[in-house]
Amino acid sequence: MAGRVEGKVAFITGAARGQGRSHALRLAEEGADIIAVDLCGPVPGLQYSHATEDDLQETVRQVEALDRRIVARTADVRDRDAMKAAIDEGVAELGHLDIVVGNAGICILAPWDEVTPEVWDETISINLTGIWNTVQLTAPHLIAAGGGSIILTSSAAGLKGLPFLTPYVASKFGVTGLAKAFAHELAKHRIRVNSLHPTGVDTAMGEMGGEYPRLLAGNERLAGMLTDSLPIDVTEPRDQSNAVLFLASEEARYVTAMAMTVDAGNTQY
Amino acid sequence: MGRLDGKVAFITGAARGQGRSHALRMAQEGADIVAVDVVRQLPTVEYTMSSPDDLAETVRQVEALDRRIVAREADVRDYGALKSALDEGVAELGRLDIVSANAGIFSQGRAEELSDESWEEMIGVNLTGVWHTAKAAIPHLKAGGNGGSIILTSSTAGIKGFENFAHYVSAKHGVVGLMRTLALELAPDMIRVNTVHPTSVDTDMIQNDMLYALFAPDLEPDQRTREALGERFQTMNALPIPWVEPVDISNAVLWLASDESRYVTGVMLPVDAGSTTK
Repeated sequence: MAGRVEGKVAFITGAARGQGRSHALRLAEEGADIIAVDLCGPVPGLQYSHATEDDLQETVRQVEALDRRIVARTADVRDRDAMKAAIDEGVAELGHLDIVVGNAGICILAPWDEVTPEVWDETISINLTGIWNTVQLTAPHLIAAGGGSIILTSSAAGLKGLPFLTPYVASKFGVTGLAKAFAHELAKHRIRVNSLHPTGVDTAMGEMGGEYPRLLAGNERLAGMLTDSLPIDVTEPRDQSNAVLFLASEEARYVTAMAMTVDAGNTQY
Repeated sequence: MGRLDGKVAFITGAARGQGRSHALRMAQEGADIVAVDVVRQLPTVEYTMSSPDDLAETVRQVEALDRRIVAREADVRDYGALKSALDEGVAELGRLDIVSANAGIFSQGRAEELSDESWEEMIGVNLTGVWHTAKAAIPHLKAGGNGGSIILTSSTAGIKGFENFAHYVSAKHGVVGLMRTLALELAPDMIRVNTVHPTSVDTDMIQNDMLYALFAPDLEPDQRTREALGERFQTMNALPIPWVEPVDISNAVLWLASDESRYVTGVMLPVDAGSTTK
């Protein structure tokens, strides 16, 4: 049976590990070839371990084990020249572009008065400007292909003001708005743009969960905002990837400008 | 392997249109079906409603996919009849996992002109009927102990207002409130509740003289062609299409019904070609 994205090519940022690698594998399982980029390096102030070149090579290995092609490049979503080179080289090698997953992002936990200008700038530039770069640089290829699907990873924090994450919340609300704005301008080209809103996902980013008790001390009422209504502790990367797959596939051919929550009810609670 | 292998789905309004499409799409992916439909004309509805023959055709097409189906005539406003139909279906098919509350009607009239009968029939079918469907199904979903997925069919008219059908807009907004409350009440049992919001779907509910007159009052009746109306419908959407097909809604229902969306609850899923964010 043909895969659900058979013959398509997907560009994925932050693809070295975590959700990005999971998206690459899920789309490859269903027949897509992959263009993968990742920073593969340190980001100042990060409270969890950063992705490495080895991680990106492991994504390559796992996609190739599914008998799909992959073009992987080390690139910072803030660096437009590096991004454009990676996208153009990938499209040249794989032939066309149909799916874009703007997944790369960072998250730094801090109460409002401990956020430094550096953390603010870094979060906005990677999480928001990086998404803008991703869409603006890939859309011409989608237009050339006659349409496509763009999925931008926002967050539950892109719909609700989760505590101790002021720059992250601002960046992710920005992504939510960007998805809707691009959806309208690109609709005439049959390009769909939707945002994805995960609750907690079991990835390296979760390593910083230990910070919460300190942050909640003296502000315990806010703990309720972090609660999911379904009785689970965390979602798996694959749960997010299944939503990406649906939005990427022709099954969702008329779904656009949607904020898709895979959040176990977090934003409804 | 199907995406719904071994599951049983309860679908209202399953005689034709979106409901039949949902039954077939889910059956293709391995589900057995409990189908109900009113299969008769209701007094305030101007277009021709489904018939017993339509429901029999749904049965035939599901069985052709080698799946089992229990089909009953029932009005979603009649809780007793609806519950009996579902109870019989679950007794025969052994379980219940998925609920698609799809049955709905459409009629029109400006708010100050709507008759009490039209208002009550609309709210009765499109809102109370949805509550009845969930109410009848929840005990079966809980009894299964495997969680479940309830998908309520709202509309773009459940997200924004439209002129000329205040009763429909009110009912479809009400469905969203019902979904949000059910999502919270049922979460401890891992039962998920979401809505789908179609823009115009290419079914008998829109392809009829009454709706054509509503959308093209300036055209002579003989000029109200499918093509001319398609241009009118397209102005509502962002994507350059006049309407979507029933299978597009079914693919969204399928995704919400499957374990691929096991942590998705409380979501309003628009299959609306971008119309509600314009």
